[in-house]
Amino acid sequence: MTDTTENQEPSRRDFLYITTAVFGATGAASVAWPLIDQLNPSASVSALSSIEADISSIPEGGSLKVAWRGKPIFIRRRTKEEIEIAEKEDSLDLPHPEKDLDRVKNKEWLVVVGVCTHLGCIPIADSGDFGGWFCPCHGSHYDISGRIRKGPAPTNLEVPPYEFVNENIIKIG
Amino acid sequence: MNHDYQYTPKNGFSKWLDKRLPLMRFADENLLSFPTPKNLNYFYTFGFILTMCLVTQIITGIVLAMHYVPNTTLAFDSIEHIMRDVNYGWLIRYTHSNGASMFFLAVFIHMFRGLYYGSYKEPREIIWILGVVIFLLMIITGFMGYVLPWGQMSFWGATVITNLVATIPIIGEPVLTLLLGGYSVDNPTLNRFFSLHYLLPFVIFGVVILHIWALHVTGNNNPTGIEVKDSKDTISFHPYYTVKDLFAYIVFLLMFCYFIFYNPNILGHPDNYIEADPMLTPAHIVPEWYLLPFYAILRAVPDKLMGVLLMFGSIVVLFFLPWLDTMKVKSARYRPLYKIFFILFVISCLLLGYLGAKAPEGIYLFLSRVSTIYYFAFFLVIMPVLSRIEKPLPMPIGISNPALNNTVYDSGGGVASGTPSYAMDSK
Repeated sequence: MTDTTENQEPSRRDFLYITTAVFGATGAASVAWPLIDQLNPSASVSALSSIEADISSIPEGGSLKVAWRGKPIFIRRRTKEEIEIAEKEDSLDLPHPEKDLDRVKNKEWLVVVGVCTHLGCIPIADSGDFGGWFCPCHGSHYDISGRIRKGPAPTNLEVPPYEFVNENIIKIG
Repeated sequence: MNHDYQYTPKNGFSKWLDKRLPLMRFADENLLSFPTPKNLNYFYTFGFILTMCLVTQIITGIVLAMHYVPNTTLAFDSIEHIMRDVNYGWLIRYTHSNGASMFFLAVFIHMFRGLYYGSYKEPREIIWILGVVIFLLMIITGFMGYVLPWGQMSFWGATVITNLVATIPIIGEPVLTLLLGGYSVDNPTLNRFFSLHYLLPFVIFGVVILHIWALHVTGNNNPTGIEVKDSKDTISFHPYYTVKDLFAYIVFLLMFCYFIFYNPNILGHPDNYIEADPMLTPAHIVPEWYLLPFYAILRAVPDKLMGVLLMFGSIVVLFFLPWLDTMKVKSARYRPLYKIFFILFVISCLLLGYLGAKAPEGIYLFLSRVSTIYYFAFFLVIMPVLSRIEKPLPMPIGISNPALNNTVYDSGGGVASGTPSYAMDSK
């Protein structure tokens, strides 16, 4: 390579170097991927991604906690007053603005993932300054629509995908 | 450093071996005749103590793994099986669990020592950086180990800490799922934490070897911060420091034994003797005591992502220490201003540890914010500013020569032998 000039044609050897490097890198990546992807949820974990809950026994103002994907789901049958308050507070300056109506499929039933959006603790029902939930770990307050009102949590409690199978059964997931 | 001494094989076998594998030469040069500054105090024994801590953790850990089952349905019971049924299982487990606390206690003292005597400064930057790497690995290993008993604190500690990952924009959620092997902390998480908890101590061991190797290239710093000039400044590692280290280790062991035999659960949390319940969060989630300062920093910030960044930043900033503090004078002995700020820094770290265990509200929140600000200001503002403005005290000419050196030397200027080869702060 002593007489290399700027505009010299790439040699056969350059081609071989590049081809070898590309093959090597592709090979390494294809071996690495199974080793990385095995960390992702296995088929058995993914299979448990939908459950059904019987809500016929919940009284007005009562709630039910069911497990979905290893996380609790809060199903709350709200009273008329609670719905009124939640709707009235739509107009307040909320940290994560969402209308109560956009968070429910049926005003009476609030279905949310019971995991604090801060760092994943489970909030306690019927406590906090806003009549909803309070997370004991780092002090986040949620209202009766599951919206964050005060504390470090950045977003409202997540609403999972769900549907009413009939008037007694909710299918989550 | 002292290079007057040369290893010479005594008998036929050691001569034969020395030509093929100079193991004895290596041991002699690094463990026996290694020239060490003669003025090291007891703060310099923690390197040895830490090595012994690592060995203790590895031995007890390997034994515990023979009886522990990394499965969510069996993990908690297998710990009780170790505590009640396995012969001396209680002793081995208490040694391992309290050993982690002793390990961190020793490493904190070791790090504060380095900070006080300026052991991170040229030419020891790599030693310091490798030390921070070890510290980071220790935190990860300790955290994963705490998850294994599968008690309430194990589970919820794991949930809170892994959720920190989810704060990273865009890639956070998929990375969290990848980390957990599911949508929440569960069996796949426990399994991989066990696997990594077993692996990482050996990685730490490897980095420790690099740490000591780098130390043996530059030689020890010492309480004066003045570099060794000739063999008058040093003594051989054996017997002087082997004995000093052993004595310090025995005193350290006495304290260790107090915890193992008389108060084995004082450093843990009683909730971890309740089996993990994914549907019920304990009223107060607290990490192990040695992570409390970092937890306090996390909670001091009202913004989630900023809190996480500052918490990691509090360790990352340590990597840059050699370039934040550019003062040539190493030891705080001759830096009256740095000494005051250093003491305040130690206080702020202890205060953060105290506040990490308190609810983040009212006066506690205020104090953790003040301490967090001081923590970062110490590294990012005070150190660079002091490097420019501080006037060090007159220093002795050398380790063996207490006469004060009143001459002000230029940084790196040609100075006659027998006098300090660096500046007494030139500007």
